[in-house]
Amino acid sequence: MIWQVELIIYLLLIASAVFALRVKDLLSSIVILSVYSFGSAFLFAILGAVDVGFTEAVVGAGLTGIMFLAALYYTTRKSID
Amino acid sequence: MVQKSNSIIVGIVSRFMAPFIQLFALYVIAHGHYSPGGGFQGGALLGASILLLRLTVGDKGSELVFKKEFGTPLSGFGVFIYAAVGVLAMIGGGLYLDYGSLPFAGMTPAELRSLGILLVETGVGIGVMATVIAIFDDLTMRHFRD
Repeated sequence: MIWQVELIIYLLLIASAVFALRVKDLLSSIVILSVYSFGSAFLFAILGAVDVGFTEAVVGAGLTGIMFLAALYYTTRKSID
Repeated sequence: MVQKSNSIIVGIVSRFMAPFIQLFALYVIAHGHYSPGGGFQGGALLGASILLLRLTVGDKGSELVFKKEFGTPLSGFGVFIYAAVGVLAMIGGGLYLDYGSLPFAGMTPAELRSLGILLVETGVGIGVMATVIAIFDDLTMRHFRD
């Protein structure tokens, strides 16, 4: 495939993973984690595993975000440490 | 027990989008044999569309679409469809989940295999949808019901 596109997606993955760990607001962390999942779904689709990419987009970006949101509803929104 | 969203834009857009997500999920389940997708992805999309309504419209509105009591029984029903198709193939004289020997009259083995995959994926889709919704409802239930 086009290596420039893959390079951009790899950089996006690394940046979103670091930001999801670094950010203090846990709601933003969940959203950035969904961005990470979408990036890896793009990467799977480029590498030829369309089925895996589809599952990653549905489950990783959609369902786990909603589950984390439901868990966050019972805790505080700001990270303490 | 999820609070209703106060934003009118979020409420209206998600209420408008949910039927289209469900239609796409039915497409993914029905075209699972020869395109990417299948029972699991379609069921997860169906569950996600109802969870979107749970988050934005609130409990009272979204229970018109899917009642909370239906979550666990429907997930068992999906597993039952999967197992029943397998046992039906055994009744027809083949092995477990051998779709070619399903006991339906007047169909060639190729048509029987296509129908069997569709039935099994419908079962998987119902099971995944109901399980996802049941997990979310149990997570957001504040007090355990006695």
